[in-house]
Amino acid sequence: MQEQIPIIKLEDFLLVSIQVDMHDRLALQLQDDLTAKITEVNARGVLIDISALEVVDSFIGRVIGNISAMARVLDARTVVVGMQPAVAITLVELGLTLEGVHSALNVSRGMALLRRSREEQ
Amino acid sequence: MNIVKSSTLAVVSEGDVVKVRQAVRAFAVEIKLSLVDQTKVVTAASELGRNLLIYGGGGEVFLEIIKEGMRQGLRVVFQDHGPGIPDIELAMKDGYTSGNGMGLGLGGAKRLVGEFYLVSNPVEGTRITIIKWR
Repeated sequence: MQEQIPIIKLEDFLLVSIQVDMHDRLALQLQDDLTAKITEVNARGVLIDISALEVVDSFIGRVIGNISAMARVLDARTVVVGMQPAVAITLVELGLTLEGVHSALNVSRGMALLRRSREEQ
Repeated sequence: MNIVKSSTLAVVSEGDVVKVRQAVRAFAVEIKLSLVDQTKVVTAASELGRNLLIYGGGGEVFLEIIKEGMRQGLRVVFQDHGPGIPDIELAMKDGYTSGNGMGLGLGGAKRLVGEFYLVSNPVEGTRITIIKWR
């Protein structure tokens, strides 16, 4: 399978919008691609739009947590935006709290959060 | 208890786990589960479908819409032909994992559905049944 989640560079940030029901390997691929791209373009922030995701299970949750942790080590901040309410309820019940992962309601608020944390540095 | 509709899916690859999610979603929509309940049962199915593949070496998923009196429900059975789970109590605990997951699969899936039954032995493998009533 040659599919890939596109990563867009915007200002100092990387923007990813997950629009497909990812199988596990695709999620791991995204994790690797994003980490490589942060270093390549010297990104200061990563914004992951999951508004189209109808399911976030423990695997995808772990991948999101890993991306955030790896980005932090590379001096970039990660914001997850657009989580559907039903997904949020399910995640908490499942036992996943995504600790250390920043979130925002939508893309523009997420961008504002990233810009603000950039200015503080 | 009547079976209104049924479907069987073989799970041998990661792509099949995606198909399980989609099939469970379609059945959940058909019995008009709320969006939150749809999401819960699909997420539980995703966890159990992945377990089936990783720990059970693949297997079959049976989906059924069942009716008991006035109520309708969605029953999903995950049957693998793997080595079975040696210590079920331990496997159900949050944080326990024998693979590289987060250890939330079994316990988490149980919390997301109304009924959860697990039968496991080294001869027949593991069979997990979940039911979400409307």
